[in-house]
Amino acid sequence: MFKQKTTEQIKAATRKTDSGSHAFYNNPKYRAVIYQTLLIAGLAYFFYTIISNTLGNLEAAGIKSGFGFLDNAAGYDVLMSLISFDSTDTYLRVFVVGFLNTILVSIMGIILATILGFIFGVMYFSRNWLIKKVSVVYVETFRNIPLLLQILFWYSAVLATLPGVRDSLSLGEAIFLNVRGLFIPQLVGQAGSTLVYIAIAVAIVAIFVMRSWAKKRQDATGEQFPVFYASLGLFFGLPLLATLITGIPFTVDYPVLQGFGFRGGITVIPELMALTIALSVYTGAFIAEAVRAGIQAVPHGQTEAARSIGLREGKIMSLIIVPQAMRVIVPLLNSEYQSLVKNSTLAAAIAYPDLFNVFVGTALNQTGQAIETIFMAIIVYFALNMFISFVMNRFNNNVELVGR
Amino acid sequence: MIKISSLVAGGLALGLTLGAQAATLDDVKKRGVLSCGVSTGLAGFSQKDEKGNWSGLDVDVCRAVAAAVLGDASKVQYKPLTAKERFTALQSGEIDVLSRNTTWTHTRDTSLGLNFAGTVYYDGTGFMVSKKLGVKSAKELDGANACIQAGTSTELAISDYFRENNIKYKPVTFDTSDQTRSGFESGRCDFLTSDQSQLYALRIGLKNPAGAIVLPEVISKEPLGPVVRQGDDQWFNIVKWSLNAMIEGEEQGVTSANAADKAKNGKPGNKRLLGTEGELGKNLGLNADWALQVIKQVGNYSESFERNVGSGSQLKISRGLNALWKDGGILYSPAMR
Repeated sequence: MFKQKTTEQIKAATRKTDSGSHAFYNNPKYRAVIYQTLLIAGLAYFFYTIISNTLGNLEAAGIKSGFGFLDNAAGYDVLMSLISFDSTDTYLRVFVVGFLNTILVSIMGIILATILGFIFGVMYFSRNWLIKKVSVVYVETFRNIPLLLQILFWYSAVLATLPGVRDSLSLGEAIFLNVRGLFIPQLVGQAGSTLVYIAIAVAIVAIFVMRSWAKKRQDATGEQFPVFYASLGLFFGLPLLATLITGIPFTVDYPVLQGFGFRGGITVIPELMALTIALSVYTGAFIAEAVRAGIQAVPHGQTEAARSIGLREGKIMSLIIVPQAMRVIVPLLNSEYQSLVKNSTLAAAIAYPDLFNVFVGTALNQTGQAIETIFMAIIVYFALNMFISFVMNRFNNNVELVGR
Repeated sequence: MIKISSLVAGGLALGLTLGAQAATLDDVKKRGVLSCGVSTGLAGFSQKDEKGNWSGLDVDVCRAVAAAVLGDASKVQYKPLTAKERFTALQSGEIDVLSRNTTWTHTRDTSLGLNFAGTVYYDGTGFMVSKKLGVKSAKELDGANACIQAGTSTELAISDYFRENNIKYKPVTFDTSDQTRSGFESGRCDFLTSDQSQLYALRIGLKNPAGAIVLPEVISKEPLGPVVRQGDDQWFNIVKWSLNAMIEGEEQGVTSANAADKAKNGKPGNKRLLGTEGELGKNLGLNADWALQVIKQVGNYSESFERNVGSGSQLKISRGLNALWKDGGILYSPAMR
């Protein structure tokens, strides 16, 4: 026979076990601290073991380790460098050279991909059948072909078939295009050119000031100011004025055919062209899709409402549709930009001297210090992507829906 | 906590695997096949035909080691590697021996945890230019573009040479030697620079081989040889002496055709080499007939050289430095006794 327990009895029993669980390691406050401390200690031990083991084994295998090699002279040359570099410079400088080349191709790729993406994304909504189909074909073609194949296509099938140095295609004997790249004249600033650079900076600041002034005025009075044309005028007018005042303090350095190739001017190597074109065309196709998704996410009622208050079509796009579409587009852009930076490592396939090619490739091979060089490259790509994320998140905060 | 401890154990195992490279000989015997790192395709040294069979001077070193260790020169698994991948593949234990036109340099020998087991081919950095350019000497190449393979000692040699001569160049560095050739062919570069033997090999692959010439200058020492991991002296000895057996075979006049006969009826030196006398094989931890198998199945150095890069090949390279010491070259095997 079971005796039915009274409520009191049950409470008493519970109290008893309660007092047992009052040990400090069962107290939620301490428990959290204890487990987290243990976890951190475990992780620290884990990494310590990995690192010390690796170092021990490297030493046992007779492989040098450490970052001392960064101070040694590299002993090899690099095809293209944004800072001065020769073979007596250190591996650290090789690292910087490669890093800058990666940044260069990434920035150019991001800008071009964004332009292409927005053009083709908007073209999809055209009422013209042909324009719409061009957009569809572009997206479907370049999104579905592996990027490596596209890079090799631009490099080996397009740029490598350009005429040789002596038969260059030329534009007014100033711009030359051949299998060695694109050769363009360079403006070289002489004494007094500083004023022109200052004028450019002043113009940019003035444009921003004018924009906010025009916005305030419009908010207050409803009167519009031709911001776009005024900006154009400022941007080109001020520097031009400065140039004229200082008596044109520039000389033009034209590329000249001399010896084995062109000297002077700016050389855009075909490796850079091929990589930039491939990256931007490929990523542009994804961005076009993001733009299409963004625009389609804006309800049609918004357009109709805008029309009903009498806005012109252009204004509807720029004031009503695009600002709302950006909420959808920006997060997608973020990941496309990150992919582009990571994809730039395919440069190694066509001899473009990016970080991966000159540092993880050649420097690793010449020094044999695989772990150090790859570690440094991982940090760089990680940091670059974190930076893109940071900037895009800030941008996203600006465009996202503001609760009123 | 169980999770953490298993993680730590996993980390330990992960870290330890890098160090666990015991006796390569035992591993190869157990596997029954030698894993050999070769190039991604270089005429005369290591190239694959349409049927998937590898041949070349470097390939013959792999075959010699397989013949010595396993008694069968065909038991080789070839791993094609780019210049950039080669040392990592050896260090990590993916291959047992690297035989991939690799220059023996002080840095590589001392800081990569590797040992060079001898020289198969004495080479030097050279230049190939298009005949149209009318260039007679490398010193006329000021301002030219160079196609180079990335991660090679050529990159260093050419940089030194141009700096010494106070002239400039632009390096266009590709991953594989095929890419350097197509770069040269498309006109991206004015000249292609590499080990001279490779230049001859690459020239054959051009659409118009007669349109390119190899300049006479040789600007560096590039002794090419097989490489093994440091710390396994027995394996190091096996590779070193497999190569020496081929050189000694030529010196003694032992060929693939007469090796079996010389083993029975030859001079004392022949018998010692071929294992009917003495215990050279035993000292290496191999069968007594190790060198007999090498020469019978692969041939002596002369046979291999002529077949792959010499008169019996398209390359038609003369022996030059690679002749035996008594024929005016510098090829010399330590005493086989």
